[in-house]
Formats: sequence, C-alpha cells, structure tokens
Amino acid sequence: MDRRDFLTARRKKNPAPARTFRTESGLNPYAGPWTKNEVQHLLKRTLFGSTKADTNYFLALTTSQAVDELLTPTAPLPSPPVNDYSPGTADPNVAAGATWVNNPTTDGTLNSARRASFKKWWTGVMINQDRSIREKLTLFWANHFGTETNTIGLSHFIYGHNALLRQNCLGNFKQLVRSVTTDPGMLIYLNGYLNTASAPDENYARELQELFTLGKGPTVAYTEDDVRTAAKVLTGWRINNTTFTVYFDPTKHDTTNKQFSSYYGNTVVTGQAGANGALETDDLIAMIFTKDEVSKFIVRCLYRWFVYYTIDAATETNVIEPLAAIFRTNNYDVKPVLSALFNSEHFFDVLNQSCLIKSPVDNVISCLREFGVVFPNTVTEYADAYGMWNYIHNWLASQNQDIGDPPNVSGWPAYYQAPQFHELWINSDTLPKRNQFTDTMITNGYTRNGKKIIIDAVAFTQTLSNPADPNSLIDDALAILYRVPLSTASKQTIKEQILLSNQTQDYYWTNAWNAYIVNPTDQASFSIINTRLKSLYQYLMNLSEYQLS
Amino acid sequence: MKRRDFLRNTVPAAAILPAIVDGYSVKAFNSNSPLLQALMNPTIDTDHVLVIVQLSGGNDGLNMVIPVSTYSSYYNARSNVAIPQNRILPLNGNTLSGLHPAMTGMQSLYNENKLNIVQAVGYPSPNFSHFRATDIWMSGSAADQVVNSGWAGRYLNTEYPNFPTGYPNSTMPDPLAIQIGSITSLTLQGPSVNMGMSITNPTSFYNLINNVLDPAPNNPMGYELTYIRTVANQTDQYAQRIVASANLVTQQSAYPANNSLADQLKIVARLVKGGLKTRIYMVSTGGFDTHASQTDAADTTIGAHANLLKGLSDAVKAFTDDCQFLGIQDRVIGMTFSEFGRRIKSNSSLGTDHGAAAPMFIFGKQAIPGMTGVNPTIPGGATVNDNIPMQYDFRSIYASILEKWFCVPSTTIQTILFQNFQSLNIVSDAGCRTTGINDPNQSAGEELITNYPNPFTESTSIRFKTKGGHTLVQIIDMLGRVIRTLTDQDYTPGTYTLTFDSGPLPTGVYYARLQNGPIQQVRSMLKVRE
Repeated sequence: MDRRDFLTARRKKNPAPARTFRTESGLNPYAGPWTKNEVQHLLKRTLFGSTKADTNYFLALTTSQAVDELLTPTAPLPSPPVNDYSPGTADPNVAAGATWVNNPTTDGTLNSARRASFKKWWTGVMINQDRSIREKLTLFWANHFGTETNTIGLSHFIYGHNALLRQNCLGNFKQLVRSVTTDPGMLIYLNGYLNTASAPDENYARELQELFTLGKGPTVAYTEDDVRTAAKVLTGWRINNTTFTVYFDPTKHDTTNKQFSSYYGNTVVTGQAGANGALETDDLIAMIFTKDEVSKFIVRCLYRWFVYYTIDAATETNVIEPLAAIFRTNNYDVKPVLSALFNSEHFFDVLNQSCLIKSPVDNVISCLREFGVVFPNTVTEYADAYGMWNYIHNWLASQNQDIGDPPNVSGWPAYYQAPQFHELWINSDTLPKRNQFTDTMITNGYTRNGKKIIIDAVAFTQTLSNPADPNSLIDDALAILYRVPLSTASKQTIKEQILLSNQTQDYYWTNAWNAYIVNPTDQASFSIINTRLKSLYQYLMNLSEYQLS
Repeated sequence: MKRRDFLRNTVPAAAILPAIVDGYSVKAFNSNSPLLQALMNPTIDTDHVLVIVQLSGGNDGLNMVIPVSTYSSYYNARSNVAIPQNRILPLNGNTLSGLHPAMTGMQSLYNENKLNIVQAVGYPSPNFSHFRATDIWMSGSAADQVVNSGWAGRYLNTEYPNFPTGYPNSTMPDPLAIQIGSITSLTLQGPSVNMGMSITNPTSFYNLINNVLDPAPNNPMGYELTYIRTVANQTDQYAQRIVASANLVTQQSAYPANNSLADQLKIVARLVKGGLKTRIYMVSTGGFDTHASQTDAADTTIGAHANLLKGLSDAVKAFTDDCQFLGIQDRVIGMTFSEFGRRIKSNSSLGTDHGAAAPMFIFGKQAIPGMTGVNPTIPGGATVNDNIPMQYDFRSIYASILEKWFCVPSTTIQTILFQNFQSLNIVSDAGCRTTGINDPNQSAGEELITNYPNPFTESTSIRFKTKGGHTLVQIIDMLGRVIRTLTDQDYTPGTYTLTFDSGPLPTGVYYARLQNGPIQQVRSMLKVRE
C-alpha cells in the first residue's frame, strides 16, 4: 500500500455494503448442525453472554431441548433487594442487610436510597442469572413497558413492577397487560391513579394502545376518540397512600357506556356502576386483543430484541405473521412464540448470526460473565456486592442504558427508532466508554473496601482446552468472546504480535505457559504470561467485532 | 531552581519587578501572558523525539559489529558463520571494528558522524528466554525484578503525570507515544495506564498498515461491523490530528522498497515533520532468532541474517537521510535494541543460540559519533558456554537518553529506572544545557493527585481531587504490589489530603494511585535516605 492509500484507506475501505442480504428463511424447524457456533448464537441472544460451561452444557442437548431449557427457568426467583444504605441513610424499620421491599415508605431520602439499592440489585441479578432467558426477557419487558424509577419514585412499587415482569416474563401476555394496567408502579408512572370521571387522564389509555399492544403503523387505525374512550373505561383506579395498595373507587369511575370506533368493530364497553366498574378494564383489554395487530406488534418487538432490527417483506411474511398466528392460537402465551422462533431455520440462518449490536447491558454483563469475574458474596458480603454492582450499574448508565430509567415510556430508541435502531447504541461517546470499561476490567479492575473485581486473564485462560498451544488458545478464547469469525491471517498476526512477542515459533508461548504451570508462584513466570494474556484480551475486546453478538 | 521555576515563582499576577528572559525585559505580565508563556516555553516546538527500533528474536551482535582487532578468535569461535575479514565494512577512523557487509547504510552513517555504536550492552545475570528478556528490556528492570510497566511509559508518566485525564489538550494535543503497528508493547505501559496510542483504539488506521482488519462481508454482520468501525475511526481523538499532520508532508526522500521497517520509519518521519508533538515512536522488525541457517552455507556474507541486517541498515539510513531532507535531523534520534545477543560460538546448523550482551546503535545527527566501549573479549577456545560479557548496562543507555535528550533531572531518572545508572556520552545534550523542556507538560491535563515533598524521606502528603463517590488511594511499589491503602470510601466532591507514612519501607519508587469511579491517575514518588 503506498503512502496515499494508507492515509485514505479508512475512507475507502469497507464501503457500506448494499443491503440486499436479507433472507427468505422461515419458521421450519432448524435441522442443521448443532455445534458450538449454533449453541453460541442461541445462548448469546438469550443470555447475557455465554460462558464456556454454558456452551458445553447446551452442546450436549439437542436444539429443541436447549430451547426448551432456556424457556423453562427452574432457578428460584432472586431474593429481593436489601438495605445496603444504612448506616449512611438511616432506616427506622429495616435493618441493614434485610430486605426493604415489605416496608413501604414515603420518605424521600429513604426512597432515593432504595431506588439506588434496586438498581444495584437488578444489576447483580443479571450478573448472577441462571441458564434461562428470564433476565434478558425481564429487561425486554422493562423496555417494553418503559417505566422510569425517577417518575414512580416509591421504591417498593418500582421493585413490585420489576418483580411482576420477571414472574410473568414467559407467561401470558394478555394477562401481563391486565396486571400492568393496574400495577401501582404503572398507575403512578402514567397517571392512571389520577384518571377520574370528572378529570380523565388519557396518558395510560394512549400508551396502552400505541406502545404496549397495538403499536403504530398503517394497519393500526384506532382513533383519538378511542384513546379518550379508553381513558373513560380506565377511570376509578386509585392508590391508598396508607396501605400502599391499589383499589377501585366506583365514585371516580365513569359509568357511561363507552362506544369505540369502527376499527374496534364499533364495540361498546357497557358502563358499570359500583365495584363492577373495574371489570370494564378487562373488557377493554379483551377488545384490544381482538386485533391481530397486537400479536404482530409484539412479535416484531421480540424479533428486534432477539434477532435483528430489519424486518423486510420476506421476514414479515415468513416469520412475523406465522409467529403472530402462533401467539394468537396460544391465547397470547409468550413461550410458544419464542420456542418457534428459537427453533426455526430463520433464527439459525447465517445471515441472522453475529449481526446484533450488543446493548450496553449485554456488553457489560456478558463480559463479566464470560470472563467469570468474581464478585463479593451476595449474602455474606452484601454491602461489598452492592458496592460493586453500583460500579457496574454506573457503566451501564454511562453507556446510555440506565436500567430502570429508559429515556421515556417508549423505552430505549435502539428498539424503535428507524432506520438506525441498534446502531444508536454506538456513538462517539459510548464506544470509547465500552472500550474504557473493558480496558479497566482487564488492567486494574475496580477496588473498593479492600475487595477487587477484575478479569483474571490467567484463570480464564486456564479454563481453555489447551492454553499451551497459542493457536488453540486464541481459537478457544474467540469461541467464547466472539461471534464474528476472525481470519486466519488476523489470528496469526495477533498471535505473533502479542502471545509470541514478535517471534514466529509457537513453542515460545508453549514454554512460557508450561513454565508458569510448573511453577505458578514464580513471579517472573506469571508476569510473562499474564502481561501477554491481558494484552490479548484487551485487544480482542477493543476490536469492533467484539460489539457484535 | 530551574529558570522556569524561578519565573513561575517570581512573576505573580501583579509583578512589577523586571525580569530578563533571553534579553527581553518582562515586566508586569502575569503568568498567563502570551509573551511570558512564549518565552517560558522556548523549546516546546522543537521537542525531541526518540525512535525505538526493536529487533525481535535476539540479534547476533557479533556478526553485526565485528571485532577486527581480535579477528582470529572471532573466526575460530564461529568459523561456519564468520564473515571473511576482507568483506568486513571498515569504519572511518576506527581500525578495531567493522560492520557486516550488508550494512553499507550504517557504514555511511558512521562515516557521516551520525552513528554511535555502543558495545556489549546487557545487564547482570542475563536471561536467555525471549519473553523474559524482552520484558526486562522493555520494563527496564533488573534481571531479578518483575516490573509491570515500561521504562518509556514511566518516563511519559513523569512528563505528563495527569494523563489521560484532560488529554488531549493544548499543551499536548497529540498521542504521547505511537507504536507503528497494531499492539502497543510493554515499553509504553505506564504505572497505571498505557501511555501509547494503539492499545486504546486498535481500530485506528495504523492497523491498516498490517492489514489486521478483516474485510467486512456483504451481510448484516458486515454492515454492522462497518458501522462500528466507522464510529471507532471517527471517535479516535487523535486521528484527525494525525491525518492532518501527515497531510502537511507531501515529499519525502527515498526509502527502500519491500522493507517493512523502512515503511514504518517513513511514517514516523512524516508524522514528526508534520508537527506531532509525540515524543516516542516504536517500530519493530522480527526474525532475528537465527538458531539455524543464519548464513548461506557457501557464502557467510549472505543469507537470513544478512538480509535482516540489510533491511535494518537500509531503513535506518533512509530514515536518517529523510530527517535531513525534512529538516528535522536535530530533533530526532533513534535507538536499536534486541532482547539479547547470541552465543559467541556458533552451532553446527549454521546458526547461533541465545546469548547475552550485544551492540546497540544510536543514530541521528545529534548522536555523538563514534564507538562507545571496546570490542568484546573473545576467549581463545570459545565454548558453548561462553557469552559476551556486558560492558554497559542497557539502563545506562536509557538513562543517558533521558538525561541528555529529554533533559530529565537525575532524581526523576531515578524514579523511572529505580536507581542511578552511568551517564554515557552517546547523544548531544546541547538542547538541555539552557532550559528544561518538561514543565508545561507536567501541569497539562487535569491534576488529580500530587504529593509533597517529593522526593521524601519518611512521610509525604498526598493531595487528591475526587469528583465524589467512591474514592480509593493506594500506594503501589515498583513491582506493582499494593502495599498500602490510604483511603477506600465515599467522598463528597473536593480536594483532600492524606499522609503516606512510609515507615520501614525501603527507599525507592512508589506510586500513589487514585481511583475515582472510572477515573484513575498515578503519581510517582521517590523515597530517599535522609
């Protein structure tokens, strides 16, 4: 390459390819090879990263067994968040280390401390996730319903909302919508608790249709009148500020008959007085769920979360519509839809592999899990654990995914903002932060209260099949960390420049590794391999390929 | 007190006493005055550059700089690879030694007074493992020390102690160090963060030289990969400066073709001429591990090692000529090193095994020309156990360059190299005689942690600035071990002071490391005897 080419190369290289690459494949059950590649694809899309143990575990199953297991969480639900804030913030009713979720309070300072506790806890729950889709799906629903802790304010409701989503993440979507509709967190977030016959508040009625069930689009034709009418149906739900419970107040309920538009087949929700007024909410949801758009919209949301953001005509016909039909046939149970998707030819289509830009949460939590970063004990060292989770949560927030506080009720733009979608996660501010995070974790880690979280490069390498062979070491590490294949030439360059310190003979690495194994307490032997392994993993995590799942 | 400090201290905002700087009367200018700043920073635009040339594999120094004065011992020890006496390239005014016949470029440089050959550089108790020896050379440690930072990284850390917080900035808009190639080496690793360029962003355009980037295929993965790479390139905070600097240089003198070292050095010359204030460049070339077939069987002047030396010699000559052509010859010196030399006695497979000391080249117009040291002593009947004994410690080379080329005060050199080393007359110190050049750099960026006094004997006060939240201050020794945690708790934003009482700890270098959220910064401190 001559000098001028060198200087202009980055502009000429890799022109954006024409986007002619979508696939016709559909929901036929995938019957192709079941190798580490396919296992990794499935796991990285459904878990936060895939450790070597995870991959080996699922490799021993069939595709459908693996999907079944991922869709059938067996681990108990996580223990609720605890008081990690005392004595700094005094809590009269909850001892340090005990859970606060059963002791609601309106104290602003306490709620602020508890909201922070909640976010740390949620971060920890994701780091400690089981081998199921539960945590990734919980985050999906949190994005879908888009509540913000800063708006809800009351920490026990925030936790309750999150627990509701987690418990029902694989359950019945129609029931979930019903539960969310009168969930106290949501009633506060979208002002449902202020929605009364004399002063209707349309906020929830609008988002229920536009964001939570039907979505927008050419075939979705509910009217502004439908929004107002739905708001009337939903009048009367209140929150008792003493008992912190939701109740229905018939005196605040609009008892008139509610006439919907032709889009809803001119349905009339019959006005009911007294306690029966609450049943109108069920009627409203039943009416909305008569529309096929609900199933299609939710399936598209799931598709964008788990597969890719581009949905072209072929995907709509071959994947979205059949999945939507499955959704409806199963009365809106989520699990059969995901099962059909993850078992499909389409999901395992090579064109759908390695193309998902990791969200910040996926990026950070995957890194911690795949390298097996050791955290303080969740129970016996809870204060230290929460401190570390707080540090990790700050990285999520600085990369623009502050869990519990998406930008607004629409959730994170990466899942709805055309045409860039997932690419919105990566910009000139967030990409360096991603690199900074991995740089920090591999070099100095984070030290707090005498405890340290750090990527142990040597310990990770020892889990690989044959670390004495630098080729096998790089292949094995890439098989865990990467979805995008690296060329043989790149791997060779990386091997020679890093592991071999510019030598060409593999045995130099082999000898160095074996010298350490023989004498692991010798500082020089350790340092020789540790320095090179840290450089290797730091380099791999800095390459653009690492951002893709 | 250095003159600059004097000015800093005696020309406060409302100074009325005149001071004389380079013949100019400076009166009533506060310290932010552009004129005073300009007078105080006279050398900043002519900053010195060091180019480190790494020869990976262990270069056979004995066939590179050949002991003419003891030719028969040399020949007897390695007759199957020895260079015939009549083919050795002579050096002007030096009948004792000569160069490998492939090194006509180096011969010219020597004869043009642009080369210093330092004989038999090594260190006590030499290590014969490539990795360990490379780490020793790069870290600047003793053979029995394990130091996890690099000597140049530590130098840059003392020069730019606040890096990377607040960088780039107007004082230092450019990378502190650049490694041409894709991966920064231990040499540039500072006590806490890497001071080099490529490791923070390997997607930067240097990789394109080595074609490390795999092409993005035409599919969704390739599409997203291209997107991320584009952002990565746009994000590289130094890329625009580097491209702009490179673009200022449209003409360079000739470099040899098919010579990767020459390609790398050509980029270095271009960036230096283009105005980058980068102090240290690292380039490398490999293949010097010549256990077998080092020379052609029939003709020992040709073969693998000859090709390597020719590549080195041609590249360095072209680079030095280009520096002259570009008018940067007084700003740039270069230095070659290899992790070790090779055994005196050759083996039967026309090669040489891992050895000890070997010569180094210091090149450039500002190198003190000639030869430092004498030909190595070669025993009469050299055996396989005989190695070339060291005449100079490699850290003396580093110390001399730091002292004479970068004008680093001797106490600071001690914090970089952990002890005092012999000062060698290998590079002109003309640039350091009048004024130091480092002061502005040391206050550039955001200073988050300092200590006073430094050096200290018993205890020193550590002042740190936290942005609030969890803040940690650790004391780390030169081997990278945490030996004290001074604080580890939450703070409200502000500046605080802690005392580090070193008690019975030995004298030497200690680092105070501040960790505050994602930020970290390291302060070098020196404990000395009372």
